[in-house]
Amino acid sequence: MLKKRIIPIVLLDGFSVLKTIQFDVRRNLGSPITVMRTYNTRNVDELIILDIDASRSGRSVDKFLVQEISSDCFMPLTVGGGIKTCQDVETLLRAGADKVSVNSCAYKTPSLVKEMVDNFGSQCIVGSVDCIRVGVDYFPFCNNEIVGDISLLEALKRMEDLFVGEVLINDVSRDGTMKGYDPELAHLAMTNINVPVIYAGGINSAENAAKLALNVDVDAIGISSLFHFTETTPEDCRAALRDRGVPAR
Amino acid sequence: MIALIDINISNINSVSKALDHLGVDYKVVNNPDEVAECEGIIFPGVGSFNIASEKLKLSGMREVIKDNVINQQMPFLGICLGMQLIANTSLEGGESKGLGLIDAEVMRIPEDHRHKVPHVGWNNVAHDGAGVFAGIEPDADFYFVHSYRMVVNDSSVKCFYTDYVGKTIAYVESGNIYGAQFHPEKSQFNGLKLLKNFSGLC
Repeated sequence: MLKKRIIPIVLLDGFSVLKTIQFDVRRNLGSPITVMRTYNTRNVDELIILDIDASRSGRSVDKFLVQEISSDCFMPLTVGGGIKTCQDVETLLRAGADKVSVNSCAYKTPSLVKEMVDNFGSQCIVGSVDCIRVGVDYFPFCNNEIVGDISLLEALKRMEDLFVGEVLINDVSRDGTMKGYDPELAHLAMTNINVPVIYAGGINSAENAAKLALNVDVDAIGISSLFHFTETTPEDCRAALRDRGVPAR
Repeated sequence: MIALIDINISNINSVSKALDHLGVDYKVVNNPDEVAECEGIIFPGVGSFNIASEKLKLSGMREVIKDNVINQQMPFLGICLGMQLIANTSLEGGESKGLGLIDAEVMRIPEDHRHKVPHVGWNNVAHDGAGVFAGIEPDADFYFVHSYRMVVNDSSVKCFYTDYVGKTIAYVESGNIYGAQFHPEKSQFNGLKLLKNFSGLC
């Protein structure tokens, strides 16, 4: 049986690990290498590292850091941040990433994402879509602003049409809030997309993760604050899933 | 010494890191002449079958691998696309030729309402705990990521399965030929153990 994955998401500002709240307020959590070592020893399903300043600063996530992180990482590693060209993808794959996540460039130049998929295969490319709630509606969000010319469903559908291997949905409105996931957004996303989905945003307990897996049937759950700020581990989450009869490692 | 074949169809780094970690003696080989000096072959691959098939031919690796595996009985481990390439043909990107080391074909995993394609994530493999699976817990989980799967025609080939859209072949073995659809180098302890066991055969 295919297992639901529990994936720690580590955010970087290029140098340090941080945790944001609604993509805004930041807390510095120290060296990425130390944080990664902890996850490496915890036998996690997979890891995602996102450099959240790379795109705005016009650079790509640091390949030397990826090299160092991946040197003793025997699980799938996804990296993202500022990836704009096939050369960026190749550099990061050579540095030890297994997949790269693209976000901004899917809005600016979708044809580039297609080119990446054609060159490196769908399995390498994760399409990342950040979502924000305004009133009762959801919008795609990119580089600190609402993307106006395309609806959330269109943004998700576009990723699918570009043949990305997985879609990473990040709920900005719940990011770092630890309020629990937003059932409406999770449901909306999952009923409108046919590629594997990694859902992140607001998960506040192992039980909440299990509920998301059980009720919304996401393929993987991305978690950040819960692991940074509480004693809950990825294994606690997997155990909570298993207790509810959801397949987990 | 194991030849880790690099014909630019995969990121061989993750496999080489795993072999470094295990202390396995290997070298990255992109020159066909160097294969015969080795005692085993690991052939990783990701991406499209048709492109890889073309690169196998152009690099001169196709005949060299076939010769060493068939005539010299060199142990061979194919990983993911490297495993699929031991089949006769695949329909990925138009029908193209594999190495034909075992009588098998590769076809797209059919989508249904419960299963998405690609098959991504950890799935358990029903194995016999022998050979390269020695010391690995029963029904162990391995990491998969693929949209195509192998169908084996030859009943003498040992096949282990995982449960995805019916039965999906996770592993094949025939004499000195071993193939893992999953990524042992990305499958934590179980995968490292499998690589270690294979290196012991070389």
